[in-house]
Amino acid sequence: MDHTVYLDHAATTPTDPRVVEAMLPFFTERFGNANSLYALGRDAASALEDARERVARAIGAARADEAVFTSGGTESDNAALIGLATAGGRNRGHLIVSSFEHHAILAPAEWLGKHGFQVSEVAPRTDGVVHPEDLASAMRDDTVLVSVMHGNNEIGTLMPVAELAKVAHDRGALFHTDAAQTAGKVPFDVEALGVDAASFSGHKIYGPKGTGALYLRRGVRMAPYLMGGGQESKRRSGTSNVAGAVGFATALELMLAEQADEMPRLTALRDHAIDAVLARVPYARVNAAEARDRLPHIVNFTIPGAEGEAMLLHLDAAGIAVSTGSACSSGSLKPSHVLLAIGCPVELAHGSLRISLGRSTTQDDIDYFIDRLVPVVERLRSMNPLYDKTVAAL
Amino acid sequence: MLYTEKVMEHFGNPRNVGVIEDPDGVGEVGNPVCGDVMKITLKVADDCISDIKFQTLGCGAAIATSSIVTEMAKGMTLSEAVMITKQQVADELGGLPPAKMHCSVLATDGLKVAIDDYLVKHGRAPIAGPITSTDPDFDPHEEEL
Repeated sequence: MDHTVYLDHAATTPTDPRVVEAMLPFFTERFGNANSLYALGRDAASALEDARERVARAIGAARADEAVFTSGGTESDNAALIGLATAGGRNRGHLIVSSFEHHAILAPAEWLGKHGFQVSEVAPRTDGVVHPEDLASAMRDDTVLVSVMHGNNEIGTLMPVAELAKVAHDRGALFHTDAAQTAGKVPFDVEALGVDAASFSGHKIYGPKGTGALYLRRGVRMAPYLMGGGQESKRRSGTSNVAGAVGFATALELMLAEQADEMPRLTALRDHAIDAVLARVPYARVNAAEARDRLPHIVNFTIPGAEGEAMLLHLDAAGIAVSTGSACSSGSLKPSHVLLAIGCPVELAHGSLRISLGRSTTQDDIDYFIDRLVPVVERLRSMNPLYDKTVAAL
Repeated sequence: MLYTEKVMEHFGNPRNVGVIEDPDGVGEVGNPVCGDVMKITLKVADDCISDIKFQTLGCGAAIATSSIVTEMAKGMTLSEAVMITKQQVADELGGLPPAKMHCSVLATDGLKVAIDDYLVKHGRAPIAGPITSTDPDFDPHEEEL
């Protein structure tokens, strides 16, 4: 393929060569088990604790031991939800999650619902935001835990996490947020936000896959999710992934160091993409366009009369990687639960296209994408027996 | 989920796309809520399908199955064409991912509806029998299992 344009940075990112460089010694010379008492083990332990301090500093944690290294966003989300709900042997109580969380939250919430807990979902409004007053009305006296994501991975809207956390705390519940898409990209400070727990992922920020962290505020009890050798202060057993921890810490620090320059650049590119798509693709719209607080790198379009997977495949043939919330691409037959949660009609959700920008993205990439998208949409619409009816109904 | 080369070839270069003016039979199946809609128009001469075109809103598999079913049916007698099964459509494409088998049901259903439309318009009895994809109780998930 002579031309590759990667516009799926919310799915994953390439590992930064500086991150790889920082990790390499821990695969070979400095390979010790961080639990071993001899010099090689102490060296690994000291590298691990150094990485922990750097992560804690990067997320605004008061103490290094509030950061628990995990295998990534899914593990952190699962561990937080199940571990916080069942802490101290609790087997009943009420949980609230937003209805457009990542499945790494929705699936364990459903599991808890089958194992003694009651689970409510709080819906975002059409602006793609979970409003504090909606959370307040879902709260109950027996609510023990609330989990609402910091930024939505499909539509890029940001939640008022500090206010949501306050709503939960006012009723005595813990508050967790999934920050997998946001940490490093927009300011994220656990103290300023007042959260009790937060999930982070390495591979969304140019770190390695299989790395990440769970922030757990001091004094917050969590039932361990992985049990065994008692690593990570008994909160996450398993031989420490020192290279991964070093890689994750390095990736996070690099994101912060470059945030002030990179995020305005991505915001401008994103807005250029929005303007061009709206100008050149008739009837296209931006999902949750009215939200003001947004991630700089994610935008989700609905393109009525063209099906998402078909657009994706044609763009792929032109060397462009994007994603869609169409049912057909997911292996299930329902379109994106995120788009449905914000009130997007099912038939329009099938025509969604997400682009997510990153370090490699240039204005040329965006222009190339739009130049290819326009004929793809025209072609698919010309093959659509219902196109005239669809646009007449808009 | 991986598509075969043949699926991708028919998706990229679909055969018989369009609408026949003044058709002898029309079949429209599917539902935009499910994401798949297919419309077949055809011409009949001596009880054979002399020309056939399709329009499809849907995923790669929906477009490829529509394309291949028109290619298979062209030149067949009506009674041969109604016998085309979803499995034959999938096999002709070198297979479909299990979650996409319902797309081949849509394609064969569109063809059946168009054939019966022709027959009924000419005062003859329909021959295709019941179709599944427009049944409100049709659950494509069952097709996957």
